[in-house]
Amino acid sequence: MITDTTPILRVDNISKCFGETCILKGVSLSLRKGEIKVLIGPSGGGKSTLLQCINCLVRPDAGEIHLGEERIDLASKADLCRLRQQVGMIFQDFNLFDHLSAQDNITIALRKVKKLGKREAAERARLELEQVGLGDKAELYPAQLSGGQKQRVAIARALAMDPKALLLDEPTSALDPELIGEVIAVIRALAAKGMTMIMATHQISLISTLADEILFMENGVIVEQGSPAQLLTSGNPSKSQGFCDRLNDLADGGC
Amino acid sequence: MPTSLTVIADSLPYLLLGTINTAGIVVAAMLLGLLLGVCIAVGLVYGGRPVRLLLSCYVWFFRGVPVLVLLFLFYFGLFTYLGLPFNAFFSVALVLGMTTGAYQANIFKGAILSLPRGQFKAASALGMSELQTIRSIILPQALRVSIPAWSNEYSIILKDSALAFVIGAPEIMARTQFVASRTYQHLPLYITAGLLYFFLTWLGVAALRALERRLRIPGYTHGIQ
Repeated sequence: MITDTTPILRVDNISKCFGETCILKGVSLSLRKGEIKVLIGPSGGGKSTLLQCINCLVRPDAGEIHLGEERIDLASKADLCRLRQQVGMIFQDFNLFDHLSAQDNITIALRKVKKLGKREAAERARLELEQVGLGDKAELYPAQLSGGQKQRVAIARALAMDPKALLLDEPTSALDPELIGEVIAVIRALAAKGMTMIMATHQISLISTLADEILFMENGVIVEQGSPAQLLTSGNPSKSQGFCDRLNDLADGGC
Repeated sequence: MPTSLTVIADSLPYLLLGTINTAGIVVAAMLLGLLLGVCIAVGLVYGGRPVRLLLSCYVWFFRGVPVLVLLFLFYFGLFTYLGLPFNAFFSVALVLGMTTGAYQANIFKGAILSLPRGQFKAASALGMSELQTIRSIILPQALRVSIPAWSNEYSIILKDSALAFVIGAPEIMARTQFVASRTYQHLPLYITAGLLYFFLTWLGVAALRALERRLRIPGYTHGIQ
């Protein structure tokens, strides 16, 4: 659901090289409020690096990032902190803080970054955990949670910061097949509430049903983009359809 | 009662006071080492090239020179040269603290590097600064992982502290030697000294194991149960 036409996040001509190897070669995209973009494409195509460049976990070599009207100064730590507070990130392997309970995984940034009081932060954390169906797991530590539960805590942690947009880097790829469903349900609920998202995923059901736009990345550039209706019709010669066909073949032949 | 037992009984209060001094030296040295070690380790992992180079020099110096040489170098050499009025007790604690700081730095550095990289990224992604991340995410985990190695370091420094007798700090070894040279009861006295060191080792290691158990993160499969 698109409610506003000005982009809330825009990246222009981002490039990133590691030594001789260029992972991103001038990628641009913009994200309007409530929009969901899905990044697909072969591994090594630059999806993950692009997502990490968007909130500067990986510093782009060149390019610009705009948060709403404001241009982010990539050399300013204060700017980066502000950008990151407003753009949440979900990782493939969860990256929960192992020494903190589910609740404290959420409260720590609320307290250190948002400077909330102890009680206020705890209340917010409880609320977010309930939203992802983990209200009863607040006291458990990451090592006591299943993969799906860990990823849901990670989502709750990101949402507690009230981000304007969420970056999801293959949120279901590290999960056992029977645990994927619970995470997908949470992501769908977010989409239904109008959360703005960019998601790299190989999860075919998310690609076809959630995406407002599909971005197909290969060799560091976006080679194809369009709505699922444009790109994903059976027999369509698009790269995206070919990619999804292969994912389907794998899923059918897999079990 | 045989003479040897009388000597031990008579000198025990004197030796126990020495034991307290030894414990004081070791606790002070370990705490100074903890402070130095944490700072150096953080600098070695996250610092820029000049910082890393400087800290490496520190670590190599204190690891490369014998403790006895360091004691003489600082107590008779540097402190005298600079006109610093440090007594033997303070000097020993300082030198041992700087030495164990170098070793502890390597313990903590290894522990920091053993943590999954992703947690740092996750903290940055939440808007936490580098310093906040190191303080509230990295160090609480790295220090937990370090406790077994730290307890090893404690037992080493405890025994190194016996070298303090050469500059006359009133600890176990110096006091035992003092009594022995007057009573000629070397065997029973040095057995007593050995037992006192053994007791301090046991006490510290047991305390650190209790600490490790207390701080254990629930659900972790490794470590003591």
